[in-house]
Amino acid sequence: MVRAAREIEHRRVLPGGEKGCAMHMLLPRTLPEALELKAARPEAVPIAGGTDLMVDLNFGRRRPSLMMDVSRLAELRRWRRDDGTVALGSGVTYTQIVAGLSDCRPLVEASRTVGSPQIRNRGTVGGNLGTASPAGDALPVLAAYDAEVTLVAAGGRRRTMPWHQFMTGPKKTAIRQEELILETGWRFVRGTGSFSKVGTRNAMVIAVASLCLILDEDRRAIRVALGSVGPTVLRAPDAERFASEVLARVGLWDDSATALPPKVLNDFGERVAAAAVPIDDVRGTAAYRRHACAVMARRALAWALHDRTRGTGQPRSGSC
Amino acid sequence: MLIRTRVNGAWRAADVWPGASLLYALREHFGLLGAKNACEQGECGSCSVWLDDELVCACLVLAAQAHERDVRTVESLASARQLHPVQEAFLQAGAVQCGFCTPGLIVAVTDLLQKDPVPTDATVREALAGNLCRCTGYAKILDAVRLAAERLRGASA
Repeated sequence: MVRAAREIEHRRVLPGGEKGCAMHMLLPRTLPEALELKAARPEAVPIAGGTDLMVDLNFGRRRPSLMMDVSRLAELRRWRRDDGTVALGSGVTYTQIVAGLSDCRPLVEASRTVGSPQIRNRGTVGGNLGTASPAGDALPVLAAYDAEVTLVAAGGRRRTMPWHQFMTGPKKTAIRQEELILETGWRFVRGTGSFSKVGTRNAMVIAVASLCLILDEDRRAIRVALGSVGPTVLRAPDAERFASEVLARVGLWDDSATALPPKVLNDFGERVAAAAVPIDDVRGTAAYRRHACAVMARRALAWALHDRTRGTGQPRSGSC
Repeated sequence: MLIRTRVNGAWRAADVWPGASLLYALREHFGLLGAKNACEQGECGSCSVWLDDELVCACLVLAAQAHERDVRTVESLASARQLHPVQEAFLQAGAVQCGFCTPGLIVAVTDLLQKDPVPTDATVREALAGNLCRCTGYAKILDAVRLAAERLRGASA
């Protein structure tokens, strides 16, 4: 296999030279070819939409000796749904999500906040995962879905792990050098949800704080995930338990017209904010971020409950 | 490294540094100066081009990623005798001041009107969110988009 990979490499590696910096590029056309190359040359840095890596290259912050273009691997640019699950290929772009996954509302809402049309046409879910910035817009949604991440190596060897085992720290993941990110998948959730993001504009913004809330009608549970307010994406388990239990106690899961006791939204917001471990940085202070979490949480829960009362009073179906 | 790219309909080859952006290749190897080099981080949209018919920032695409693919730039829009209706509209609406952002905006507006010939103002604002203009305050640019949309509808009717 290594020998085969070297032969492929020989065909595909093209030498650098300009600017006095040795850099090489691999251009595999299929996923098996890419994985063989990665096994033979594990140091190869994958580049998909380039929205992170190209900035580092343009500004001279990174000079990887070897890169591998994964943007032409058709195998990664697909998604599928079967048996109550969704599997999203790592090369799926945010434009594809907005156009094709309209029933995954929180994911579509998050995708629409990514950069601009130009960025959404290039940026991929796999890129968000691989970069593992706590500000990655898709990541709170994947966390709220309890998504898993599947990695793949030569010979089709796969490893699947929950999102929180994959993202181990700020810009740190559990990926091994010989692996590529294949896809991320989750169980289809019946119930409404939303994505919120705080920033200075409606576009081209790196989140100051972000939040995804999902109502899981089947498990009668509320799930909340936070972005940009900790070293990785965070869940708010205490707030989730609190809200799920209050909804059960007042009978809201069965009758969406039931009124929520007045203090609950505020309490929920405070509990979500307490799960954040933000820092002061150029985009905002820790105190502001905590406050933003409370506001977003309060609003997201109110929106979700409002969604359930619309129309027939039945929860919107088909949300994943 | 040697890349071969279809640029505005013609196959072109260039020997580029593997870390070079498509923007660099377009400007420095292919002599196409329409796409402008400004922020180099996908923020300003002044290098907007089409890669396989998708609107992208050329500064965020590696030249190598455009190998054996189709690239169209602002230079593809006007014919030898006539400007594209979007270009005409920008001139007539006074949507051009210093002109630096104009090529990127022309490409982004053309892309929008191909997909949505009757965009609402909100749709236009969202579609152009990745193109910065520091002169006009955008009002005249929005006028130009409305004018171009009317002209293109008239032309196709």
